[in-house]
Amino acid sequence: MSLLRVENLSKEFGGVHAVEGLNYEIQPGAVHSIIGPNGAGKTTLLNMLTGVYIPSDGRIIFEEHDLTGLAPFEYAAHGIARTFQNLQVFFNMSALENVMVGRYLHERCGLASALLRFPRLARAERACRDEAAELMRYVGLQDYLSTASTAMPYGALKRLEIARALATQPRLILLDEPAAGLNPTEALDLDVLIGRLTERGITVVLVEHNMRLVMGVSDHILVLDYGRKLAEGAAAAVRNDPRVIEAYLGSSVASDGAAASAGSAASAASAASAASGGGQADLRGTSH
Amino acid sequence: MSAQFMPQFMQYLLSGLTVGAIYALVALGFSIIFNASHVINFAQGEFVMIGGMATVSLSAAEVPLGLAIPLAVAAVVLVGLALEKFAVEPARGASVITLIIITIGASIFLRGLATLVWDKQLHVLKAFSGDAPIAVAGATLLPQSLWVFGITLAIVLALSWFFGRTLLGKAMLATSHNRLAAQLVGINVRHVLLLSYGMSAALGAIAGILIAPISFTTYDVGVMLGLKGFAAAILGGLGSGVGAVVGGIVLGVAESMSAGYVSSAYKDAIALVITLAVLFFMPSGLFGKRGGERV
Amino acid sequence: MRQNFASPRVGGMVALALVIALLPVGLSNNYFYDVAILVGLNAIVCVGLNLLIGYAGQISLGHAGFYGLGAYGSAILSSRYGWPPLLSMLSATLVVAALAFVVGRPILRLKGHYLAMATLGLGVIIFMVIATEDKLTGGPDGMSVVAFKIGSFALREAQLWYWVVGALLLAAVWLALNLIDSPAGRALRALHGSEVGAEVLGIDAARHKLMVFVISAVFASVAGSLNAHFSGFITPSKVTFLHSIELVTMVVFGGMASTFGAVVGAAALTVLPQFLTVLKDYEMMVFGALMMGTMIFMPRGVVPSLARLFAPRRRPEGERKPGSEGAA
Repeated sequence: MSLLRVENLSKEFGGVHAVEGLNYEIQPGAVHSIIGPNGAGKTTLLNMLTGVYIPSDGRIIFEEHDLTGLAPFEYAAHGIARTFQNLQVFFNMSALENVMVGRYLHERCGLASALLRFPRLARAERACRDEAAELMRYVGLQDYLSTASTAMPYGALKRLEIARALATQPRLILLDEPAAGLNPTEALDLDVLIGRLTERGITVVLVEHNMRLVMGVSDHILVLDYGRKLAEGAAAAVRNDPRVIEAYLGSSVASDGAAASAGSAASAASAASAASGGGQADLRGTSH
Repeated sequence: MSAQFMPQFMQYLLSGLTVGAIYALVALGFSIIFNASHVINFAQGEFVMIGGMATVSLSAAEVPLGLAIPLAVAAVVLVGLALEKFAVEPARGASVITLIIITIGASIFLRGLATLVWDKQLHVLKAFSGDAPIAVAGATLLPQSLWVFGITLAIVLALSWFFGRTLLGKAMLATSHNRLAAQLVGINVRHVLLLSYGMSAALGAIAGILIAPISFTTYDVGVMLGLKGFAAAILGGLGSGVGAVVGGIVLGVAESMSAGYVSSAYKDAIALVITLAVLFFMPSGLFGKRGGERV
Repeated sequence: MRQNFASPRVGGMVALALVIALLPVGLSNNYFYDVAILVGLNAIVCVGLNLLIGYAGQISLGHAGFYGLGAYGSAILSSRYGWPPLLSMLSATLVVAALAFVVGRPILRLKGHYLAMATLGLGVIIFMVIATEDKLTGGPDGMSVVAFKIGSFALREAQLWYWVVGALLLAAVWLALNLIDSPAGRALRALHGSEVGAEVLGIDAARHKLMVFVISAVFASVAGSLNAHFSGFITPSKVTFLHSIELVTMVVFGGMASTFGAVVGAAALTVLPQFLTVLKDYEMMVFGALMMGTMIFMPRGVVPSLARLFAPRRRPEGERKPGSEGAA
């Protein structure tokens, strides 16, 4: 039985279909990657799978619950967590507090209890702090336990978002370009981290341009192009799928703006080399 | 329907349109600055006040209106440029709340200054071309209202020509859409900001001068006019020129109608209630862009 | 975090308690007591308002409206209808809480300047109702208010009021500190940092904004009621847009997202005008110039700016602006 299932999912922005008629299933325990050229609808899909966007059409079924149309906080309560392509770190809080916010669902308290700080809450707060620190160590942020989030380097902030998402104790975690902007060593370390997530029994969905990372960790790959499913299947099968290679190579030809074409041509070329030869190209995408 | 209905309705409509045109000018001032810098200039009402007060003083000193008005507008433009240069520019990049407080501080400062330069008395400016009322469909219209309509219309047309046809106007629009990109294509953003404050100040001053013969003017007349202008800009959708004009007219007419038919004590409140109601159901105003949060 | 005297929670509370306890030594006459009480009442409003503005990041330009409803609600019930003052105050508070709850949801869906306009509009509407309904409120001339009484014990002397207000201020600060360090408070700060970031962690942003809006309205209402009974006379001047602005300025001047900053801001900007009256004609200009000056040169507010001065080691690396990405 699938963990998450989308049926005929579509999202339209002023007549433009960012995602169109998508059917897709996510199996529990596996690492699923979603790849595709820029503008293929990957982030739109992720936004729908977390309630940030409401689908124009179709249904989202998670553990046999229909979540279509619910708010993001309700998706979180059902056990879906995510990170963001452009960071949504709480820069007005310390690193540790960022992760403590992630414990919110498991540490709710009444208003009276919060205002009067009942002893039970004080104890729960200490436990929350300890667990948050534990999660930070888990993702490799032990050096930042007492740091302001504004003072952390980019790579660490990306991990901070992962720790924060883990704090919600999700059954499904969606990582939106976790390797973007990281240096090659940092990107390499992500393999290990993603592997450890699955060991915890968390299903991972990875949206990523870094083909080395994708090919290394994925059990299943979905390829999107212009909001539609182009191909899906095991990593090896997708890598050799002629339609996929075509889409990546063809994207620079079909690319719309003159200004964008240089960037996407470069990314398409390196994507193709990564896809066919498993080269070391660190593909960052051109997204902000 | 009584025979009284039509003339009465016309009367409310005409006075609503008059005051609505003034609100529209103030709202346009808000919109121009908002577009250029994403700042709400809470001192906009003080531009209106200084425009009216300066004209009153000048014409009391026997300066003919034809000269007094341009002089007053020029003075207010200087105030607007100084505001940008010395209060807003140094705080660039500050949060919305900080900028709101800076411009509110400026408005209090200018009001204080006005009590020193002038006083706290009510002043009246004589109408541009007499007080003999004109009969329109059973209602009466003051000649000053015609001035208000005419000049507002001329300004709206001039602005739409400026923003639609001239290079400078397009540069200002470009800056409002994307400041960095505008800078990259060689637009001097600092000049655009200064220009926007100068234009807003001029609009405010003209509004203040036009309304001065109809209602009294005094050092704190800008508070309410500024508030109404802000409400009109929000009602129409912040940053939208059409929205500012429509918002102003709608607010003016609604206010006049409710003062006539409902309660004159609550005419100011009703304008705000309408604005709130629109915001509740259309959070971006009538003509505003629906802003989506990018993730 | 161990709760020792060095922590801002406990240390700050002790410091504030000491100031309140020792201040009367320097208060030589009733006038100074009056000013100190006013400081305390404004500080209570600002501590609440700071939860909304500083922590949750939601501006309100209409809190004088809640303050006024608390003041007039309590005044009308006790002085016109003869209710016991305490009951009047609590009833007014309940009404304000209910009003904030009802209007809060649609208002708080708005952001930035639209939110500023909506709260401003709400405050001005409340002002207009109070200034117009002269049969109940006395209109622009104001109305006199009976002294605060509990049973047969009447609270009249300024000295007594001082201790009552001091104790209430301590309580308000304590509640606020507790709240911001609780899961709910972290949720508030989180939605300030990134609303979507908070939502995907399971935080119902709308519910939390509404909660803090109601709390801040309640703080303002209680302070308003107390002010009415303390001064024995109220006019709509405390309900004006300008008063809302003064309250926000106190919060921002003291330092947003700093509870003690709110107290310091309230103290500074309540005491200052008392001295500015010496300048008479220049009072408004000086006040306006001060507002601009502090915002331009100290946009973080006094307390956080000073705190940074004394604790530079807290931020080892250079400041990074939220949202600026390190991506190449």
